[in-house]
Amino acid sequence: MPETRKNKIDKMMANATALTKNIVGDETLAEKPENQWVEMWRSLLANKAATISLFFILFIVLVAIFVPLFMPKTPTTEPVNSKIMLYNPTVTNMSAVREKPSAKHWFGTDDLGMDIFSRIIAGARVSLSVGVIAVAIALTIGVVVGAVAGYIGGWLDTVLMRLMDMMLAVPSILLAITLMAVLGKGIDKAVIAISLVYVPEYARIVRSTILSIKENDYTAAAKLTGDSRARIIFRHVLPNTLSVIIVRATLGISGAILDTAALGFLGMGVQPPQAEWGAMLGWARGYIFQCPWMLNFPGLSITLAVLAFNLLGDGLRDAFDPKARIK
Amino acid sequence: MLKFIIKRILMVIPVLIGVSIIVFCLLRVFAPDPAPIVLGEHATQASMQKWRDSQGLNKPVITQYVTYMEGVFKGDLGTSYYTQTKVTDEIMARFPATIELAIVAIIFASIVGIVLGVVAAVKKNSIFDAVSTLIALVGVSIPIFWLGILLMMIFCGPTTHIFPAGGRITPLMDPSHITGLFTVDALLTGNWASFNDAVRHLILPAFTLGMYSMAIITRITRSTMLDSLNQDYVRTARAKGIREVKVIMKHALRNSMIPVTTVIGLQFGALLGGALLTESVFSWPGIGKFTVDCIMKSDFPIVQGIVLLIAAIFVLVNLAADIAYAFLDPRIRYTSKKEE
Repeated sequence: MPETRKNKIDKMMANATALTKNIVGDETLAEKPENQWVEMWRSLLANKAATISLFFILFIVLVAIFVPLFMPKTPTTEPVNSKIMLYNPTVTNMSAVREKPSAKHWFGTDDLGMDIFSRIIAGARVSLSVGVIAVAIALTIGVVVGAVAGYIGGWLDTVLMRLMDMMLAVPSILLAITLMAVLGKGIDKAVIAISLVYVPEYARIVRSTILSIKENDYTAAAKLTGDSRARIIFRHVLPNTLSVIIVRATLGISGAILDTAALGFLGMGVQPPQAEWGAMLGWARGYIFQCPWMLNFPGLSITLAVLAFNLLGDGLRDAFDPKARIK
Repeated sequence: MLKFIIKRILMVIPVLIGVSIIVFCLLRVFAPDPAPIVLGEHATQASMQKWRDSQGLNKPVITQYVTYMEGVFKGDLGTSYYTQTKVTDEIMARFPATIELAIVAIIFASIVGIVLGVVAAVKKNSIFDAVSTLIALVGVSIPIFWLGILLMMIFCGPTTHIFPAGGRITPLMDPSHITGLFTVDALLTGNWASFNDAVRHLILPAFTLGMYSMAIITRITRSTMLDSLNQDYVRTARAKGIREVKVIMKHALRNSMIPVTTVIGLQFGALLGGALLTESVFSWPGIGKFTVDCIMKSDFPIVQGIVLLIAAIFVLVNLAADIAYAFLDPRIRYTSKKEE
């Protein structure tokens, strides 16, 4: 009886060792850990919604960059040619006012006879670049503020973070339009206002991530080898906050596009006749019931662009998160 | 617990003073001189100088700030550059409209958001889940002003006149003002015609304003419910043979409500920002639309007052959410008791 029991135990031990070997000792796993970026990319591509969004974003970026190059540069009311209905987006045409979508004007025309399709494409350039530039500025300031506060700590941390709290106590759009009152109207000012509004969000994320990894072994090791503070921050700590930052920045672009559109809608962003989605909606407000196309195409453009960045951001978050990946 | 609450309340004061300094600096130091805008392009230098003197704008900034804050603590936020009426009066005349809109919007967002979130979590990967996820996605992506305009196109057109296209109440239908919230006033005075009218005016703006928050609440409810439904205590409850509805409502949902409450608190603050746009679309006579108008014409005392008021509400609502959190989560309650 005791012998069989011993056998049993031995068997179990052998099983357990084999199991551990399978999990830990697998040669391919131990010797060649897959590059985390490759793994992340693969997991992102497995997410259908995120992949479609990624390609949609690439598509609108390409359209926004290249299609305006083909638009007529001269102030003409004629399209490029009889097949490609691209017009100069800022030329008014009083003989084609408020036309319904047709073969000649794919998305119709507005109350000044400007072609809405061409203006949507021209507006894509504005919205996308404002979104990206605003987030880039916010990110740069936010990362510096957050990194300094989190890594150096002390009174500097307290002062910086209380300042961020104060900015967060005012709803973002209210803060943005208050800043616009200071800076004046115009798209360049809108970029500054929106980027400042987004600084606290990034600063807080970066700070908290840094606090959580500051005491990690690799930071301690870097300290022991005599690395300078700046080197530790930029070489060791920041790369580890990168995944969080990429996700937030992607979602931030969608927020920035929405806020730009809101400022434009309120008449504070782009000034006429330059095209911008939110401003197009704002100017067309008087025609809600007569000419819905004047409002719906710009509205749909904003929604689709924002939706794509949101889906991509969600997809990236899951792809970066090993726990979500396993599921 | 009391110590925790007092500590949190005391932390609110420096934030609000900081906000007042930032806004004051922005509008009094960095903003362009309001005199030519208020007095018009043709005003002479002398008249502008006289106007600045009368508004105290020629004094050193620190003196101006101290005078302003003395007023704030006495409940005086200054006077409008244009109408010379008190800022507090101007704000109070419009504030109830915004509060009524925001409260209805957050109630709508919470109820619909929680229901959608729970259904999506319980019926995970079903058609219900897909639909509620889709609603949540569109809700966070659609610009609030286009949503408002779309709803107006559908429900307020000349042919489909289901809801009024803007405003707060049909002229001459106002109930007598008691609270300033038209629906409540109409109920209190038993004025059914005006209650009905006020509700019809409220539905579209409240839906528009609440949509974004509803989407956020749906997402957070779904994910926290999924978490709780996988917990051991839910399995135990099921194993004990408790009815499924009761398991979901009492065991899972109650525990999920803790993070959801915080999000609802945060969203109420965000709603006040969204009110700016919603009110502009629906010509809702609240402080949101008023803020935009005042910024356009550089009526800075009013802008300052509104930003301060909204920041105060935002911070206080978050404080309330924090305290509610502590009450709802026994772990926080007990730890703070131990600390005391």
